[in-house]
Amino acid sequence: METINTTLLIIGGGPGGYVAGIRAGQLGIPTVLVEGAQPGGTCLNIGCIPSKALIHAADEYCKVRGYAAETSSLGITAGNARIDLNKTVAWKDGIVRKLTGGVGALLKKNGVRLVNGWATILDGKTVEVTPDGAPEASVRIRCEHLLLASGSQAVELPFMPFDGTVMSSTEALSLTSVPERLVVVGAGYIGLELGTALRKLGAQVTVVEAAERILPAYDAELVKPVAASLARLGVELRLATSVLGMEDGRVKVRDASGVEAFLEADKVLVAVGRKPRTVGWGLENLMLDMEGRALKVDDGCRTSMRNVWAIGDLTGEPMLAHRAMAQGEMVAEIIAGKRRHFAPAAIPAVCYTDPEIVVAGMSPADALDAGIEAISASFPFSANGRAMTIEGTDGFVRVVARRDNHLILGWQAVGVGVSELAAGFTQSIELGALLEDVGRTIHAHPTLGEAVQEAALRALGHALHI
Amino acid sequence: MGIHVIKMPDLGEGIAEVEVVAWHVQPGDTVKEDQVLADVMTDKATVEIPSPVHGVITSLGGAIGQSLAVGAELIRLEVEGAGNYSGDKARQEPAKSGAAKAPAEEVAEPQLEAVAESSAPVKASAPAPAAKPAPRAPQKPSQGAPAMRAAGEKPLAAPAVRQRAWDLGVELQFVPGTGPAGRITHADLDAHVDGHRHGAAGGGRDERYAEQHGEHAAPVIGLRRKIAEKMQEAKRHIPHFTYVEEVDVTELEALRAQLNARYGLERGKLTLLPLLMRAVVLALRAYPSMSARYDDDSNVLTTYDAAHIGIATQTETGLMVPVVRHAEARDPWSSAAEILRLAEAARSGKATRDELTGSTITITSLGPLGGIVTTPVINRPEVAIIGTNRIVDRPVIRDGAMVARKMMNLSSSFDHRVIDGMVAAQFVQTIRGYLEFPATLFVE
Repeated sequence: METINTTLLIIGGGPGGYVAGIRAGQLGIPTVLVEGAQPGGTCLNIGCIPSKALIHAADEYCKVRGYAAETSSLGITAGNARIDLNKTVAWKDGIVRKLTGGVGALLKKNGVRLVNGWATILDGKTVEVTPDGAPEASVRIRCEHLLLASGSQAVELPFMPFDGTVMSSTEALSLTSVPERLVVVGAGYIGLELGTALRKLGAQVTVVEAAERILPAYDAELVKPVAASLARLGVELRLATSVLGMEDGRVKVRDASGVEAFLEADKVLVAVGRKPRTVGWGLENLMLDMEGRALKVDDGCRTSMRNVWAIGDLTGEPMLAHRAMAQGEMVAEIIAGKRRHFAPAAIPAVCYTDPEIVVAGMSPADALDAGIEAISASFPFSANGRAMTIEGTDGFVRVVARRDNHLILGWQAVGVGVSELAAGFTQSIELGALLEDVGRTIHAHPTLGEAVQEAALRALGHALHI
Repeated sequence: MGIHVIKMPDLGEGIAEVEVVAWHVQPGDTVKEDQVLADVMTDKATVEIPSPVHGVITSLGGAIGQSLAVGAELIRLEVEGAGNYSGDKARQEPAKSGAAKAPAEEVAEPQLEAVAESSAPVKASAPAPAAKPAPRAPQKPSQGAPAMRAAGEKPLAAPAVRQRAWDLGVELQFVPGTGPAGRITHADLDAHVDGHRHGAAGGGRDERYAEQHGEHAAPVIGLRRKIAEKMQEAKRHIPHFTYVEEVDVTELEALRAQLNARYGLERGKLTLLPLLMRAVVLALRAYPSMSARYDDDSNVLTTYDAAHIGIATQTETGLMVPVVRHAEARDPWSSAAEILRLAEAARSGKATRDELTGSTITITSLGPLGGIVTTPVINRPEVAIIGTNRIVDRPVIRDGAMVARKMMNLSSSFDHRVIDGMVAAQFVQTIRGYLEFPATLFVE
């Protein structure tokens, strides 16, 4: 068996792992990255990117159907809308290929050796890698530093295992035909993003959620426009309802009052969360300290074993690609001898629901919990010119700031296209902006960003356009 | 209604000015006869000024810490009857109206012309130190002022500043931020690093090594100012030279223990000090020029047949030197009793001016804190001061063998203008002779 010696060995080629690899390469650290599938991980292959492609396609299709139904107030009509989902998926796969190919090229460019295969940890410095279906081609890799970036996987309900009908988000993104009746289990962002897209593609969609409302992780005000949109689209919501299992191809559910019902379903999407991928590849052998289901790391992403590092979803919430990337970059720099800490002021999060939700930093409730006396103010898109021109007047921008010195603590927004506001939100928090800083910054007209400035002004008591 | 003016009394020969150390009344107060109005201080003696009349205070003659010439107006009262003030009407009127309107400003009014040290008119009439507050760095507007972070609060800094701090190995939580909302800027980081580089700040990262930025200005007034002036005068005028000799006090200590065992109960315990005083008295017979006062203004050196020995005494407010008069006429027990009485009087502030002045030579002793060597400052206008150091058991050679002896150094300073080194050395050696053969203290 071939043995490779290296300084840094990264297990997992997702956003965390590949960014760590690129940065390590830039810093001249001999690096090997092990990935069993295509580089890019969940995000590029079966998560963020393909779902956004599908959502976009669904939006476009839905729009044309509206034109065909002559319901558009824009005065546009069109002939019958048709979609060939095979071609849609092929288009999406093209994007994924381009991106994953790009990651491979970036790794190569920076001198990172990409080893294809599935890693099994033998000890803290030794890993065996076996390519899919080729055990004879196994290699052994010895390293000084071991960076674990194995990511996460969809949570499977024990009474409803994944099969042809019951699927995770991975399969939902590769459907070649639109199911007639889709039941989505879980009204978190993944369930709602995909449920909405498939509804727009023509499926009858029922979302079952155990909690009292959709998107339980976000505050009720922020979720209201999304709920209204779901109602307009005809997505059926069954809240405070739990799923009991499959029976004769139907989904058995029970509502809060104990009444059981059966939901007809051609496909069932289970989107009840993701869990760190900690078993099946020898991680247990290292007996690392855990924090719940995730690996416990310090603010330098060090595990309990010296020179064994972990980043990304493996280290728990928030399971977001951009967090993993920042951690990966940091770990590479620490290994290169720099002093670094993972100490972001805010990690933004985006839901590509319809309309979109974006949050960065503290909500009013977070500030209250933290014992900070805060002020918050919202500016509605119904008072924003740009929002009117793109038919996106539902929603608002909200700012949360300290009452004493006006330091901005957080931003929330819901509305069409607000995901792009994440950059400004997070920058203002990282740079320690005050309400006055944002209020005194000229925001281009006509843009949705004006609502950001106006929210800050409103918190100061002198919004101009409301 | 008349005006009664209390003037600064003449508190003793040669005293031209007196410092106000406390006001017990304020303008507007009604006072009774014999009520204490103020404390003033001369030459280490604090004197209470009682009111000779019944009346209402209209003005005070100065702020605390201010020195007033003898005869200057100290307090003005409004009294029944004619009063004692016979100044012209023009001066009387504004004083009255001023007192009614703004008594606080009265202090700086023209009747202070007689004040000797009026260079810094002070407007406070309250009995609080009137010193100006310590100069403070110009404060930026409130938002720009360095904000102190509450415990556990994260330091606020942009990502680039954070990264640079990490590169520099600086924990941002110890860097004060001057930006809006206490944001730490690159300049703040620079200042912090500079501080460390130049050693202005401790290198630690915990409370014990935290930088301290407090400044506490305190007025040097009262006794402290007297001490400061006297020390400054002594050092400015007198070319000191200090002579240190070691003395074997084994025998003396044995005798002292013997005397205390025998007479302690009836006569009181002896310390080393009265025995040293006796040795000095005996040595002065051979070196009378050591018991002297040198008036360097008129170039007259007065030597005294008497030995008025000043005893440097620590009190709560500072150093005082009560005087054991005619030490030559006292036996050790009498000296001891007198030292005790004077020290007590000095510490309780009851010492009279006579008890605090007129010494011709001074002894200073820190007892067990005496150290190895001191360089005593002469109690001007005297010409010599004798200091004792700590007694320690030390190995010394006696008759070719090493033995343990109780050794004590004598550190003495002399005014080299009038005392030659040889004479000083002989004087100290004579004292040493008496101390090492203590029988000679008693047997002449």
